[in-house]
Amino acid sequence: MVALDINTGKSPKFVGDPHAVPKIECGAMADVKSFAAHPEHNEDLGFPGELLDNWQEVAIAKIGELAKKNRAFQVYLDTCVKCGACTDKCHYFLGTGDPKNMPVARQDLLRSVYRRYFTFAGKYFPWLVGARDLTKEVLDEWYTYYHQCSQCRRCSVACPYGIDTAEISMAAREVLDSVGVGQKYCNEIIAKLKKTGNNLGLNPKALQATLEDLEEDLEDETGIPVKLPLDVKGADILLITPSADFFAEPHIDGLLGYAKVFHAAGVSWTISSYASEAANFGMFIGSYENMREVSWRIRQAAKDLGVKRIVFGECGHAWRVGYSFLNTLAGPFDFLDQNYPIPQHIMEFTADAIDEGILKIDKSKNDEYVMTYHDSCNVARGSAMGREEGGQFDLPRKVLKAVCNNYYDMEQDTIREKTFCCGGGGGLLTDDLMDLRIKGAKPRMTALQQVSEDHGVTHMAAICAICKTQFSKVMPKYGYQMDSILSVHQLVANAVILDGEDNEDDTASDADNTSMEEK
Amino acid sequence: MPAGVEADFRSPFSGGGGLVLGRKNVISAFYAGLFYIASILLVVGVGYKVFRYARTPAPLKIPVSPAPRTRTGVVFRMVREVVLFESLFKSNKWIWVFGYLFHFGMLVVLLRHLRYFTQPVWWWVEIVQPFGIYAGFAMLAGLGGLLLRRIVQERIRYISSPSDYLMLILLIGIAGTGMLMKYVEHTDIVQVKAYFIGLLNFQILEIPSSPILLIHVGSVALLMIIFPVSKLMHAPGLFFAPSRTQVDNAREFRHEVKWARNLPPLPEDIEQKKEG
Ligand code: HEM
Ligand code: SF4
Ligand code: SF4
Ligand code: SF4
Repeated sequence: MVALDINTGKSPKFVGDPHAVPKIECGAMADVKSFAAHPEHNEDLGFPGELLDNWQEVAIAKIGELAKKNRAFQVYLDTCVKCGACTDKCHYFLGTGDPKNMPVARQDLLRSVYRRYFTFAGKYFPWLVGARDLTKEVLDEWYTYYHQCSQCRRCSVACPYGIDTAEISMAAREVLDSVGVGQKYCNEIIAKLKKTGNNLGLNPKALQATLEDLEEDLEDETGIPVKLPLDVKGADILLITPSADFFAEPHIDGLLGYAKVFHAAGVSWTISSYASEAANFGMFIGSYENMREVSWRIRQAAKDLGVKRIVFGECGHAWRVGYSFLNTLAGPFDFLDQNYPIPQHIMEFTADAIDEGILKIDKSKNDEYVMTYHDSCNVARGSAMGREEGGQFDLPRKVLKAVCNNYYDMEQDTIREKTFCCGGGGGLLTDDLMDLRIKGAKPRMTALQQVSEDHGVTHMAAICAICKTQFSKVMPKYGYQMDSILSVHQLVANAVILDGEDNEDDTASDADNTSMEEK
Repeated sequence: MPAGVEADFRSPFSGGGGLVLGRKNVISAFYAGLFYIASILLVVGVGYKVFRYARTPAPLKIPVSPAPRTRTGVVFRMVREVVLFESLFKSNKWIWVFGYLFHFGMLVVLLRHLRYFTQPVWWWVEIVQPFGIYAGFAMLAGLGGLLLRRIVQERIRYISSPSDYLMLILLIGIAGTGMLMKYVEHTDIVQVKAYFIGLLNFQILEIPSSPILLIHVGSVALLMIIFPVSKLMHAPGLFFAPSRTQVDNAREFRHEVKWARNLPPLPEDIEQKKEG
């Protein structure tokens, strides 16, 4: 059979190896730097506005403090044996060839300084163990390369000791912030959130108007008044979703999907204008205090609105904070209904609704798509879903397969816990890092191209706001339309049929349906 | 005299010799001192580091996938990591092969060495003896492979410091001199055993003055001394890596550490926040 295929020229073409290791090119990305934060924004976050005069002293003290406060930081800096197993696991190294983007080399930027000031070997034999003094050049290098790490943890999975470069890069950013060297993108956003409740700086009135517009669209489409409630006291469920869901494509379509699922399930729910943001950039800058403050708003909103449950929308790192940290940062949530996970992911909610047969689904509505799924790193490696181990991989696929007829996975070593980052996570989703973002997306894009070649995959779904934005920007560079990235709940929205829905409007797909049914 | 050691082994410090220390006696005393110091540094150094790891809090739940949801699951995960080097196997087959040959070769060799420290020799140490011979070759092969990789593989060369090469060379030196004594330049094993059992009983007997033996045991002492201040701390460190040892149950059980509990409280309701 295979031979026959080759003869007819129909054998799948090999498009490239997502794991292909580039030739090392020192300094390839040394000039790619994201913009520095405005002093005002540094101060909003409780950091010095500009580089301190005694920055060296402060930075070293901060490293010592972190080693005392965070076991991961201390143990990871001590235990690396330089085995090299992680060196070819980072998408930024694979995409750029810059050796400082190899995870262990990235750690070493800080480890070398830690050794110099905090270890016997580094104090007395610096040349032997590669220890070095903390100079301004080193500080600049930290800024550059710790802002070329999306904190995706792929390297941690590969390391025999689980050494997590994300932890080191968060710590490094905290050290940088503590001496007044903040990054514009992250710090500006956190400052905005503290003022308005979301990363966009969207005020409650504007949010209300946006939601009303969306309700109109939904009613036009379905003929049913599906609601997107805001600040409704006494609702059962508080939905915490990334603010990108209110305005960006394809995020909005995901939001409409949640609304339809909630409507079909007949639950009362609400969005909060006070905590109108799932994203928590406090994690990206490694600041426990800022992350706690941002998380705390969710607790306040839940109490204020008197809800019983909290459900998170599609957002990668937000779900990591939600699943893994929220209970620690803003718990205990003894005032919520203990019969449900706190918090719950919309994917868990939808999967349950599918299991219980609550959703009426017409899969053929998604027949125009041949789908694959991008496991967002923070969901894949930093959190979980459902009751079974690996639920964070299985639930989204289960939901996708329940609403689509055509689904294919990408290569095994590029999905699930080995998934490649989109290239824009960890506080790097900014135009000043576009070069890095395009190159960092290469491994993921190559795997996608391969599955397109092999199975005719046309679209990819994701459950991370950052992933979606990043892909819609970089996909065109790899031969895809910018709308080839979809929200999982967008596909759910397409396929769900609400009770009393007026299907006659939708003539094209309706014709399809009837013909399918007749068959 | 410890039981079982034949009485004709002389202690340089007991009996006739008196204060006149010969060259042999100086060497024996030097190595005795070296091993006592090395042992103390090893135990105290590793103990102190482990104490520090254990005392340092892990403020957040950061288990990395595939993360078990139960304590038992984590125990199994760690057993697989230690016994199989599971993650390494999944991520790099070459390093795994060499690393595995080296570590398990070394483990068997170490167990085999117990016969120099036990009298009578424990039964299972006897059983290990014949494997020990192959294990020595495995260990050397593994170390050789790791060193070669470090030299020829550009990425690994890039991340290597002098200490990374020296560590491998030291271990190759230890294994190499050991094999030399086994196959080429035999040493008086009975006397070596008597010497070490003597040390265990705080008696300094005479160490055979074969240069190869002295290099062998001297390198081991050096390894023991640098253990707590080098990357060899990966052995205990592995058991303190939160990404691998934490249970994935953050939603079910609230994880909290002391310093975080002591942070200034935040307001419970929204109005208060606006005023403040
Ligand atoms: C719990 C016990 C131990 C575990 C699980 C363990 C595991 C590992 C692993 C997974 C590696 C990386 C792969 C490799 O390069 O081989 C490694 C490297 C290494 N281990 Fe161990 N190890 C243990 C104990 C020891 C001990 C006791 C020593 C010292 C005598 C040692 C010496 C080394 C050295 C020198 C390397 C680096 C090899 C290189 O340079 O490439 N290990 N270990
Ligand atoms: S966390 Fe991700 S981006 Fe950062 S070094 Fe590791 S693999 Fe690269
Ligand atoms: S895999 Fe782990 S131990 Fe090996 S070099 Fe990378 S960080 Fe170090
Ligand atoms: S943006 Fe998406 S793919 Fe990228 S780090 Fe975040 S979760 Fe991972």
